[in-house]
Amino acid sequence: MNETPYEIVIGLEVHVQLKTNTKLFCRCSTKFGNPPNTQTCPVCLGLPGALPVMNKKAYFLGMKTALALNCSIPKFTKWDRKNYFYPDLPKGYQTSQFDLPMSEEGYLDIKSTNDEFEPRRVRIIRAHLEEDAGKSIHDEAAGKGDSRIDLNRTGTPLLEIVSYPDMRNAAEAKTYMQELRLLLTYLDVSDCNMQEGSLRCDANVNLHIPADNGVIATPIVEIKNMNSFRSVERGIAYEAKRQYNVWQETGKVLGELPKQTRGWDDSAQVTRAQREKEESADYRYFPCPDLVPVIVTDQQIEEVGRDIGELPAALRERLETEFGLTTYTSDVIVNQGRGLVDYFLELAEASGDNKLAGNWVQGEVLRILNEQEISIDTFKLSAAQLAEMLKLIQSGDLDSSKAKDVLAVMLDSGKSAAEIVKELGIEKVDEGDLEDLCKMLVERNPRVVDDVRGGNEKAVGALIGQAKKENPNVNPGQVRQICLNIINDI
Amino acid sequence: MSLTRQDVEKVALLAKLKFDDDQLDRMTDHMIQIVEYVEKLSELNTQDVEPMAHALDIYNALAEDEPRPGLTREAALGNAPKSDEEYFRVPAVLGE
Amino acid sequence: MSIINKTATEQLALLQSREITSVALTQAYLDRINQVDPAVGAFLRVESDTALTQAAEVDRKREAGESLGKLAGLPIAIKDILCTQNTPTTCGSKMLENFVPPYNATVVEKLFSADAVILGRTNMDEFAMGSSTENSAYHPTQNPWDTSRIPGGSSGGAAACIAADMAPLSIGTDTGGSIRQPAALCGCVGLKPTYGRVSRYGLIAFASSLDQIGPLARTVEDTALLMEVLAGHDSLDSTSVDTPVPPYSETVHQPLQNLRLGVVEQHFGKGIDPEIEGAVKQAIATYQSLGATIKNLEMPHADYGIATYYIIAPCEASSNLARYDGAHYGYRADQAEVAAELAEDGSDEGPLVRMYRKTRSEGFGSEVQRRIMLGTYALSEGYYDAFYLKALKVRRLIRQDYDNAFEQVDLIIGPVTANPAFVKGEKTSDPMTMYLEDLYTVTANLAGVAGISLPCGLTKNGLPIGLQLQAAAFQEEKLLRAAQMFQHATDFHLRRPELL
Repeated sequence: MNETPYEIVIGLEVHVQLKTNTKLFCRCSTKFGNPPNTQTCPVCLGLPGALPVMNKKAYFLGMKTALALNCSIPKFTKWDRKNYFYPDLPKGYQTSQFDLPMSEEGYLDIKSTNDEFEPRRVRIIRAHLEEDAGKSIHDEAAGKGDSRIDLNRTGTPLLEIVSYPDMRNAAEAKTYMQELRLLLTYLDVSDCNMQEGSLRCDANVNLHIPADNGVIATPIVEIKNMNSFRSVERGIAYEAKRQYNVWQETGKVLGELPKQTRGWDDSAQVTRAQREKEESADYRYFPCPDLVPVIVTDQQIEEVGRDIGELPAALRERLETEFGLTTYTSDVIVNQGRGLVDYFLELAEASGDNKLAGNWVQGEVLRILNEQEISIDTFKLSAAQLAEMLKLIQSGDLDSSKAKDVLAVMLDSGKSAAEIVKELGIEKVDEGDLEDLCKMLVERNPRVVDDVRGGNEKAVGALIGQAKKENPNVNPGQVRQICLNIINDI
Repeated sequence: MSLTRQDVEKVALLAKLKFDDDQLDRMTDHMIQIVEYVEKLSELNTQDVEPMAHALDIYNALAEDEPRPGLTREAALGNAPKSDEEYFRVPAVLGE
Repeated sequence: MSIINKTATEQLALLQSREITSVALTQAYLDRINQVDPAVGAFLRVESDTALTQAAEVDRKREAGESLGKLAGLPIAIKDILCTQNTPTTCGSKMLENFVPPYNATVVEKLFSADAVILGRTNMDEFAMGSSTENSAYHPTQNPWDTSRIPGGSSGGAAACIAADMAPLSIGTDTGGSIRQPAALCGCVGLKPTYGRVSRYGLIAFASSLDQIGPLARTVEDTALLMEVLAGHDSLDSTSVDTPVPPYSETVHQPLQNLRLGVVEQHFGKGIDPEIEGAVKQAIATYQSLGATIKNLEMPHADYGIATYYIIAPCEASSNLARYDGAHYGYRADQAEVAAELAEDGSDEGPLVRMYRKTRSEGFGSEVQRRIMLGTYALSEGYYDAFYLKALKVRRLIRQDYDNAFEQVDLIIGPVTANPAFVKGEKTSDPMTMYLEDLYTVTANLAGVAGISLPCGLTKNGLPIGLQLQAAAFQEEKLLRAAQMFQHATDFHLRRPELL
């Protein structure tokens, strides 16, 4: 970590599009990518007289996520209107939750995979439901042409997850986002596609600068438009440096300036001030009279809790303790998502060798998935098929270097490991024959014997090469060991 | 609390309304009159009273997540003061 | 006696026995509208062609022996606030002058299913804000009993068309008294149902937690007939309540035994017209003669109703009417004028914001703007607790007054208005005096209970006087039966204005 003369204080507001078929308050489709203004109805167009009806699934997906984030679920929750004018908000208010959100006070633990920071518990203030806005497409030459408005997205259910300002550097913020995304993927509550905007992040950032009489806090800036993990990291890092420079220039501290909103410009790699709204934000929140409150029972909360399943943190722990994987291997497997974990579990079970299974999944399987840019769901080889190959390795019938070749042929041909081993002429050499071969080679190479006995064990490598020429199926490790034994016994 | 012309101007900005000087004077007068009247509520002690946002105590009006046909694009854009074949059109957000 | 002088119930019987056709009945009303509406101005639009087509279709169905709805062939007028697919719906506002909804309000669907014939759209105060129908962006409506006077509001057209026999049935909406007050001033029957009894889907919102759709008619019996069609749960309205709908039109004739009526002292305080006080007290005596007992009620917060209402309703309205900004539908200020204005005053607010402001200032009338301003102010930072939150708490107190009252009595009886219909223009310059028109009616909306207005006399000047009965939530049946007892014993509902 670079030492900086300040501490960065970061809180994140993450908007997650929930995986529902229909919108939060009407039954229009939420499908992404359809032609503009083809997924609307009187409700999401905000037509006079239209009324909202809450999507049950959205509420329960929200609750599931909140529970997985260790939040408490109040028995009573209600909906409020946040009033402001914008063309992608046809009602003139966003239906959201103000003082009685559907969940509050949770946390998400994060840790660095490369020791960039100490493990940290990021506390969650609240997670609440609200509706998404539509899309405005502005003319390049601002002020010249009209803006175009597409209301397909209007009313898509969002869960807004608000963290405490608990993060202290850009890497933590990035890891928090990654861990949150992983959690949401395990819960299957969102597509989490940052490119399509189903996972969005705003960061509230300021600096704490040590001073003689305590700590100086710089004014808080909200950064928007960070559409990838990398931009979250870079945007925050940039903003920290910028705030430090501004503070050095102006000396302005928290409270002396209103909260500023800046947009991350990914191509220029800078944050830029967004135009202040002409009035200070006064959203005039009040309870939405068209929607009635929701009251949940303990039983409902319990039922949703049971549906959560094993989450990444618990799985990592289990792969380490129960399956004996290294922290690194379990991290790699769990971070790839539930699919790869299931593949590993099946492979470990079928092969009977946890570590071998872990190494193959984390190594060769993942390498192929990345190379082919596919997920484990479309990986051609079932865990059972791969387990068959691992068994051949365990029995010594196949060595690791050849196994990779066998795996490649299995993927291409769909044949079993045993068949391929036979076809490639890979056969286990009889131990007596191997013993005889090694004896012959030792006799034939007195110089090697002298070298080895003189302390240069590496010299035995020459014998391995000769052995392979005599019989391509010999196991190099075995040859080495037998030859050394013979030489030492002389 | 006495309401000033400046207050009314600020509220007009929030409400996206615009008044000329005469209208602003009249609006200020009327609002002062009405606010004075409604302030009679402060006579009542409501310390332990639960606010009542809805006329009835009803809860949990939730709909199943099943898509229903909406409007065609033609119908959706049909009342737009300005549109093209695909989009609603509004004046640019920012000035020149 | 012309067919249009008969009640809807009588007309329905004639239609069912095929003594008249719906086309003939509809034509009779269209003729009447042609004849008297130029003087009354009850209608914003008369839909003669579609009405006659609908009527002919009902006649055909009846001829063919097909199943028919409960109002089959009966003409009805609709307040211009209920969205009707492919039919202009203006809400009395310039803002929606060219608005053609692509969908039907649930109540409109119900009327279609009941095979009613829609005559046209009635006039109203813009966005239902007003008590005189003088706030219509199109034209005022005259009281058929005295065309120099207002018909009440906001459902002024809905009441005037009944009073002038231009429709046998009509639909109004009531947010603070907008059905009951015009019904009283026009001498007809108007029912504000319990909040949640009738779906609000497609009703252009004024104040969502107070708005309710209800029937107007000449008699209680006709009101019951229409109410039976309007009531019921709707999955498209989250605030609609799923509770069975009694057969109002069948039970309406059953008198209530041991009826307990409550009288609220504040209803007869200073400011009430002595003639109205006299007529209402006479009505109370009539009920006593029918076996009812009378109990004086304490409703200590009744006097705070108007103040509470004029915070809550504008707050909700300020948000409900934010959607009228010229972006997606409705009126939009001329873009060139917006640009010219911006250039002239050098403001940096940008073309979009200026378009919003110009659109809303040009599209809304002054009363609507006043209420948007009030609501915006009362919800804004620093004022929310003192106004909006305070009003929600007083609303609870008012509701508790009702809860206590209905533990002691079946119905509350009293006046609808303090004064008979006033002369046009009399209260337009002073909003507060206009607001006080709702004094006796707003509390029912705040508490969510049901209320009915029915004729109980005429002043010396020949202006109608209304009697209000209020019942606990979902007790419309009781309300209608009690009202019918009164009409059975009196003939005030049979009196008609002398028009033309």
